Parts: sequence; structure tokens; C-alpha cells
Amino acid sequence: MKFLRDALDKAKHNFEKGGKYNKFFYLFEAIDTFMFTPNTTASEKGVQVRDAVDLKRLMMTVVIAMIPCLVFGIYNVGHQHFLAIGQSAPLGDKIMIGLWQVLPIIIVSYTAGGLAEVVFAIVRKHPINEGFLVTGMLIPLVMPPGIPLWQVAVATIFAVVIAKEAFGGTGMNILNVALTARAFLYFAYPLQISGEVWTYLPDKAQTVAGYSGATPLAIAAQAGTTQGADVVVQLNNFGAGWADNIYSFSNLFFGFMPGCIGETSTLMCLLGALILIATGVGSWKIMVSVFGGAYLMGLFLNFVGGNAFVEMPAHYHLVMGGLAFGAVFMATDPVTAAQTETGKWFYGFLIGVFTVLIRVFNPAYPEGIMLAILLMNVFAPLIDYFVVSANKKRRLQRATV
Amino acid sequence: MAEVAEQVEKKSEGLFSKKNRKLISHPLDLENPVTVQVLGICSALAVTTQMKPAFVMSLGLTIVTASSNVVISMMRNTIPSRIRIIVQLAVVSLWVILVDQILKAYVYDVSKQLSVFVGLIITNCIVMGRLEAYAMSNKPWPSFLDGIGNGIGYGLILMTLAFVRELFGSGAVFGFKVFEAVSLPYQGNGLMLLPAGACILLGIIIWVQRSINGYREG
Repeated sequence: MKFLRDALDKAKHNFEKGGKYNKFFYLFEAIDTFMFTPNTTASEKGVQVRDAVDLKRLMMTVVIAMIPCLVFGIYNVGHQHFLAIGQSAPLGDKIMIGLWQVLPIIIVSYTAGGLAEVVFAIVRKHPINEGFLVTGMLIPLVMPPGIPLWQVAVATIFAVVIAKEAFGGTGMNILNVALTARAFLYFAYPLQISGEVWTYLPDKAQTVAGYSGATPLAIAAQAGTTQGADVVVQLNNFGAGWADNIYSFSNLFFGFMPGCIGETSTLMCLLGALILIATGVGSWKIMVSVFGGAYLMGLFLNFVGGNAFVEMPAHYHLVMGGLAFGAVFMATDPVTAAQTETGKWFYGFLIGVFTVLIRVFNPAYPEGIMLAILLMNVFAPLIDYFVVSANKKRRLQRATV
Repeated sequence: MAEVAEQVEKKSEGLFSKKNRKLISHPLDLENPVTVQVLGICSALAVTTQMKPAFVMSLGLTIVTASSNVVISMMRNTIPSRIRIIVQLAVVSLWVILVDQILKAYVYDVSKQLSVFVGLIITNCIVMGRLEAYAMSNKPWPSFLDGIGNGIGYGLILMTLAFVRELFGSGAVFGFKVFEAVSLPYQGNGLMLLPAGACILLGIIIWVQRSINGYREG
């Protein structure tokens, strides 16, 4: 590592004030601090927070927490592919197919977003934002495996420029950047991100007899419009002959089913949640309250009744679609979530409630977690405002001045 | 001597003096009704999915603004100030109805596309704003120019929005399929066809304009 340090030190004067490449100082700084801990941390004396964790390391923790989802996602893309074409394949083949589909998406997302990030850093003369490490990884995880790469690039650039840089960069954005990318694709190119696109199938692939690419949420929404249907029965019967029990409750939990690359497995999301909570990076309050909100709303709908989807057992809502992934990685984004501790409960709870509401009552959007989180992102400052002013009122009453 | 000076000054106040030319050029950029004063947003988002209706709409608004400016400016000394708004509305609606009828007679399809938005020119803030801010206190000729200038300023933004939205949303310009003509595959961007996409685009236009012109709060 010594030679790297030396090389960086040698080049440094070119980028400092008066140097040849002063314009690109922040690019240099980003590379430098990415590889080595900066030596400009808090001094030994005085009252300061002295912690090895800076923004870059914090973001890396989130990326590490996503690895279970990513690895499982890569395997699952291949697994679903072979299920759909009705072949059995060794583990290695499945992973190869998965890598072949997923890696390009990750590379494109990082390159496109990173480019936008660097251009803005140089023009605006601010340091390059590490926040993109997480965003660049989140974006591929919420994409269907067969998404065209140019769409990933366009969506990433849109999200970085409109959702983040227009508001002033990392820490200033109102909306979750990765979800903005997904929402952009959802409204701009719905053909490639809705319907039966969740299994990777090459153009001329011959699917197995009886194959259907419907997701659990689509099946449930369909059942909701049919008289006397039962969602659980339909889910259990789905895939008979080519993928038995693919939508049984336990399999929905483990995640061997079609879906976005990283969202299918609730188990892997919970593993990630464990890492986030153990390191103190993600707020457990938000995660718990999202699940709680969705579950309670599900119970309430069961109580009210109406159609088959409304009467679906509430615990199914927790394992279907991207609720777990959204709750763990998207809702807990420290920038866009509520900041006050009490506010976090409300924020998460409402995300859960709205997710179920959108799922059950809006036929146009089978999955509600993305829109629910974006909606609550907008309301998070308002929640904080109420919490803070309630606190003020309470303290004023106590004051005897 | 003073008299002579005044005469000279009067002579130099020609039809297209520097001051009058500014009435046209300012609303195009520095005083743009849409991007700077943020007026008329509703119609700017609603009628800009295609260039043709956007063009007709800008034309309609320019005619209405300019002609009601002239009429109000001629009447300005006789309008009692307590009922001026209703008088302005009456004049504006006269012109709007005229424009609406002409559109229905000659370009029926566009008129159908624009639907209520032609009628809503009556309440368009740009029209009312120019009447209140300019025509009520200026002579007919400058008021006319002011109306034309603001109409063109509005039209400029509308046409820019519509150009980008139609080009990226449906791959066409004025209904002419550009990408098909050069046989490039192009998939329409659905966001551009939604009003939300127009809102984002408008934001980008304001962003670009401010970074060129500079911007001061207040």
C-alpha cells in the first residue's frame, strides 16, 4: 500500500491551489479518501466526536448489509430462469446466468450515476458524495433482471440529477434517490418494469408447459376481482407441474420466486436489517413500524372484509413483493426519513399502512411500497415539525417562568 | 429652451423606440411570465404534450393579451377603480370567446384537444396580470406591445416544453415522426406525456435560466 500512498502524495500538488489540475481537486480527494483514512480527523484534544466512522464507512456498512440480498438475488435470477424454461441446472450454471444478468446492471448504474456525480462535484466545487455508493447498489436491486441497460443508465442519471443534485446534493434530497430512479422507470417505460417481467427469459426461450410469470401480488389483485376466490388457495396452487409450491408462505419468505433482483427474499432482507441494526446505521424503529403498520392495516382490512384480496391473511402482506426490502433499505435512509425518534414511529407506520392500501385498492399499482415510501418522504419534515412543536408545548407547560 | 428639449424628446419616442422594444424583449427572458413570474403554469403543463396545440394555445393567449391590453388601455381613464376587475374580465372574455369560436370553426381537432384551456384563458394570471400591472396605467400602443411580448414569452416556454415533450414522449415534432423518418428505434418516454414530467422539465428550464441570468432571493 506504501507505493499507492506515495503515488497519491506525489500527484497531490497538481490538484491543490495553483496546481495544473486544480479543477479536479475533488475527484482526487475522493480517490484519496476512498483508499486511505484521511489524516484530517478530529484532533486528540478538546470535546469532539472521535470515531473511525465517517460518511464513507457508514455508506459501506449499508452496502455490506445489502450483500446477502445481492448474492441471493444473483442466484435467484438464474434459478428462476431455469425453472421457467423447465430445465434443472447445477448451482454453478444458475449463478453464471445470474451474474451475466445482474453484473452489467450494477456496472451501468455505478458508471452512469458516478459520472453525473463527478460532473456536478467539479462544476459545483463540492466533494464527491459517498451517498452514491449505496444508491448505485440499491438501484440494481430494485430492477427486474431483464431490464434494458440504457434504461438503467437514464433512470440513474435522472435520479442523481433531479432527485439529489437539484436539491443540493447528498444530505439535502427530499426523495429517496434509488426509489426515484425506479419511479422514473415505472412512469416512463412501464412496459419493461411491470407485468410479467420478473423472470429473466431470453428472446426465443421456450417456456415450460403451464408457465406463467404472474407475481404473488398480481395473483392476489386478480383474485380480488373474482367472486368467491381465495388468495391463499390460489397462491398454493400456482405453479403446479413446473414449480410446485413456489408461492407457499414459506417460499415467499425464503424468496425462491420471481421479482426484482434483490427484493424477493424476506429472509435476506432481515439478515441485512440485522447488520444495519447491530452497527446502529439503520433505525430499527422505522423497520419495525413499517412491518407493524402493514400488518395492522392487513388485520384491519381482514376485519372489514370485501373481496378476496382484502380478506387475504395479513401476514402474507409482509412477505409479498418488496415490503421487506423497502422497509429495511429504503425507508431507513437517514436523509429522507423522519429525524425525530417519535416521528420515526409515525413515519414507518404510515409507510406500512399506505403500502397495503395502495396494494389492495389501486389496481394500477400492484406494488405499493415504492409509492408509499416516496409519499412519506415528502411528509417526513411535517411529521418532524409536529413532533418538535408538541415537545415544545409540553416543555413550556412544565416551565414555571 | 425647455420647450425645445421636450419637443426633441417627443420626436424620439418612435413606434419602436428602445423603451418600446424592451416591452417585447424583456418578457422573453428577464421578465418571463412563466419561468420568472411563475404565472400560467396550469396551462403550460396541460397543453404541452404536443406542439400543435401548444402553438395554437400560445397564439390564442398572445392575441387575447394584446387585444384586451389595448381595449383596457383605451378605457383606463373611465373605469371606476372599484369595479375594474369585473370590467377587465368582461373585456377578456369577449376576446376569449372570439378566439374560441374561431378555433372551433377552423381547427376543430386542436380546439377539442385544448378543451377547457381556451376558456380558461379568461382566468389566466398572465392576462389579468398584464391588465392590472400595465394596461391600466399606460397608453394603448405600449400596452399592445406589452401584450405581444408577454404572449410570446409565454409561447416561447410552451413551445420549448412541447418540443421536448413531444420529441421524447412520442418521438415526433409537430406530429412528424422524427425517429421513424431516420429509421431509428425509439421507445416513447411515458413520463414526458404526464403533467408531472412537464413540471420537472419546467423546473429544469428555470434552473438553466437562473444559472445563466443569476438569481437573487426576493
